[in-house]
Amino acid sequence: MSDLKRTALFDLHLELGAKMVPFAGYDMPVQYPLGVLKEHLFCRENAGLFDVSHMGQVILRAKSGNNADAALALESLVPVDVLGLEAGRQRYGFFTNPDGGILDDLMIANRTDHLFLVVNAACKDADFAHMQAALGAVCDLEMIAGRSLLALQGPKAESTLSRLVPEAGAMRFMDVAVLDWNGVELWISRSGYTGEDGYEISVPDGSADGFARALLAMAEVEPIGLGARDSLRLEAGLCLYGSDIDETTSPVQASLVWAIQKVRRNGGARAGGFPGADRILAELSDGASRKRVGLVPDGRAPMRGHTQLFADVTGPTPIGEVTSGGFGPSIQGPMSMGYVPTEFSKTGTVIYAELRGKRLPATVSAMPFTPANFKR
Amino acid sequence: MKFTEEHEWLLAEGDLVVVGITEHAATALGDLVFVELPEPGLTVSKDDEVCVIESVKAASDILAPIDGEIVEVNTALVDNPTLVNEDPMGDAWFFKMKPANMADLDELLDEDDYKALID
Repeated sequence: MSDLKRTALFDLHLELGAKMVPFAGYDMPVQYPLGVLKEHLFCRENAGLFDVSHMGQVILRAKSGNNADAALALESLVPVDVLGLEAGRQRYGFFTNPDGGILDDLMIANRTDHLFLVVNAACKDADFAHMQAALGAVCDLEMIAGRSLLALQGPKAESTLSRLVPEAGAMRFMDVAVLDWNGVELWISRSGYTGEDGYEISVPDGSADGFARALLAMAEVEPIGLGARDSLRLEAGLCLYGSDIDETTSPVQASLVWAIQKVRRNGGARAGGFPGADRILAELSDGASRKRVGLVPDGRAPMRGHTQLFADVTGPTPIGEVTSGGFGPSIQGPMSMGYVPTEFSKTGTVIYAELRGKRLPATVSAMPFTPANFKR
Repeated sequence: MKFTEEHEWLLAEGDLVVVGITEHAATALGDLVFVELPEPGLTVSKDDEVCVIESVKAASDILAPIDGEIVEVNTALVDNPTLVNEDPMGDAWFFKMKPANMADLDELLDEDDYKALID
């Protein structure tokens, strides 16, 4: 266990009574004394503070000094309109592979003279090598060391962060800004991965503990662990890389077509030009064979990852599999997402999941399971 | 009160035995979100899987601690699984059974044995 990496907030997690678990090579808090259910509900009503410092923060800077060159270069790896992303704005995207699968999902921010990317912890080294190989001739890449990443999420995120950083209140969903807190430079985006309004805040390691404590000193802020992070993102219908999306799932299968802007699709000014474009553009036109859908079990039993899905109660062959599932504390019931053949993907379709030898019905449902609460 | 290595407690109540899970088990499991109980009248053998419980983290089984017949189940747990976290040794009992042989209880752990097991 000694080879697990620690974030700058490790001592604070222990002081707060966190239960620590290995996650993507880091020793991370899975829950605090409040427990997963109450942490989840607290975040949806107040503001939850998450340590997401294990995630990768990467700066991509064009050697030419023209940020458009960095945007165009990155477009060779993602089916996303990066060139059209305005300064001070961020959007969601994913790296694709030549087969049209997903290598990782990420956030892309235009910070005027460079791009700032946030990638998943488990993929960050591979992502960096992938970008270095493909973009190194045009861009200078820097994996940021020495900065922590915190997420503050929930309906009271704005009022609490604004007490420390008043300018944060004026930001809109997916804005990015560099703001000052007591002389410390914060890189802030108004985003997150819970379905709630909130912020992700990059802070120098040396100030991370003090900044976290300043937030936690407020009654409306509690620390939230990875357990509740997972149930929050699942209720919000958001994918977990490695479970719901991976190298074998295309963006069209994953129901992520909303993240592929028109300019990168057939007929667009910069159509294609990313790995796997042939397959992904064809699926955009013709549809995919299977799709990621939301599932609401009829009973109370959670249908977790790898639960097999069937068309009926007797058929011998599974039609698909649950990729994430559990109990939604806010919806007070079970919820899952998984892949089914496209003919079973219509909302309202009833399919069956095999749990402990029994076939139990579940209904294909729209996601998110809880309404999103962003400040657009 | 008697205990099993599977972290159940048993309390004799007349000719019946009340069965639940220990506080130690409830804490280790985390918040419970799902409980499936057997039908009263079910005859069980020791180590049969009789209940399914799921926490926010994972599913597990509760095994029959002794041979006997399930005579009553605590349906309040189905509607409110977190009761198990709130009062595991009291209100959140799982089922009552009529032992095939009351003397089977003597084979189980007493409180000191159980405490030694979990320390």
